[in-house]
Amino acid sequence: MSKIRVLVGTAKGAFILSSDGKRESWEVNGPHFGGWEMYHLKGSPVDPNRIYASQTSDWFGQIIQRSDDGGQTWYQPGLPKDAPTTTPDGMPAGESNKFVYDTSDETGKPLTTHQWYDGTQHPWEFKRVWHFEPSLSDPDEVYAGVEDAALFKSSDGGVTWNELPALRDAQGSKWSPGAGGMCLHTILTNPTDPQRIYVAISAAGAFRTDDGGQSWKPINRGLKSQYIPDPEAEVGHCVHNLAFHPSRPDVLYMQKHWDVMRSDDAGDSWHEVSGNLPTDFGFPIEVHAHEPETIYVVPIKSDSEHYPPEGKLRVYRSKTGGNEWEPLTNGLPQENCYVNILRDAMAVDALDPCGVYFGTTGGEVYASADSGDHWIPIVEHLPKVLSIEVQTIP
Amino acid sequence: MPTIRIELPFHLRTLADVDREVTLDIDPPATLGALLDALEDRHPALRGTIRDHVTQHRRPLIRFFACQQDISLISPDDLLPEAVAGGTEPFIIVGAVAGG
Repeated sequence: MSKIRVLVGTAKGAFILSSDGKRESWEVNGPHFGGWEMYHLKGSPVDPNRIYASQTSDWFGQIIQRSDDGGQTWYQPGLPKDAPTTTPDGMPAGESNKFVYDTSDETGKPLTTHQWYDGTQHPWEFKRVWHFEPSLSDPDEVYAGVEDAALFKSSDGGVTWNELPALRDAQGSKWSPGAGGMCLHTILTNPTDPQRIYVAISAAGAFRTDDGGQSWKPINRGLKSQYIPDPEAEVGHCVHNLAFHPSRPDVLYMQKHWDVMRSDDAGDSWHEVSGNLPTDFGFPIEVHAHEPETIYVVPIKSDSEHYPPEGKLRVYRSKTGGNEWEPLTNGLPQENCYVNILRDAMAVDALDPCGVYFGTTGGEVYASADSGDHWIPIVEHLPKVLSIEVQTIP
Repeated sequence: MPTIRIELPFHLRTLADVDREVTLDIDPPATLGALLDALEDRHPALRGTIRDHVTQHRRPLIRFFACQQDISLISPDDLLPEAVAGGTEPFIIVGAVAGG
């Protein structure tokens, strides 16, 4: 029987939740890296035991951790292949937290300034890794989306990281930070065309490359954002999350700051599909593993009130690719609930029926083993959940 | 060669897998830069956590204390206090504003 592994990043450590394919009984393992902010953990689709983790701190900077045994043990992968993982003194030898924007004459782009909250220009400064996207074909290849917004790639399992600097050339000086910082938080790699990659940046918008990152273009036509001087500007939109179904990588779904959007042409144009949602503000958006037109969002009251409307935690599901939404409430608190669900804190498994998972800023992780019809809290009282990823292990 | 004592904050201890205090032998002159170089050589996991990889500037929320003094602003070429260089007082690395 398949196994499910839920990788949970929280504000004070990482947790690994495991279950068999019934998804009824869960084992909780952690905290790993207790006390550190664990922004994201994600496993390789090729080798599920290979997991990359972003360990970060305003004080001590960015650490990359890697596991090659499904999260049982971890190490900093900053070492050449086959080099000893400890110094002669027995100390951890790896270093991996070196993310340097590429400003070289040969391959780089000049480091400009970007918009700051007050409209002034602000220097570009590396802060942390928000999101990993491991390659669909090589466990040693992985992308990292970072703050201040840029895309990095490692081709040696996290030993070294190199920026894909052309992205910053897509009007980077007009980008600005959202409330969480100027972060590249979403990376979608096209399963049928590895040269095509989508990324999303808050607050800049969505971008696409069709040549493996050599050049990028903003794909924000159709977005309307009242909080920027030109609501239909080419860049500057606060995109919160993107999702697609692997079988239809040209059909994109977006949860924007406000508005749930859809594109049927690889992002060249967008139209709103918020429909009958009680509010179209929110953070994550996900697609059902087997039904490309079934999508999930969690409406949040407003940009100033980051909690569910009416204190009722409701996941909304559309089986029509948007516009027509139904609330999913069975097993979720329907009174006095004032948590948030962050942009990377929702995921699906690959079983049938599809499992859906999300984590809250109140430290609960909820799971549904039947596509959202019924929910159970599989763990409670964790630190604030920053990210959720799910591995379906044969 | 004097042995220098260094106290690390909790998160860096867990990262480097060491106790609260580590000791290092460094060749004179015992400057701040020489201490940090030796610390990172001995504990590579700490590279980038105390000072920036590229600029080698102290990270903004890191402070250096010794002998009841805040010596965060001394230059990398400045000598450490004699009591630190002689091993009678520790060089203390702390995260600014201890909460969080």
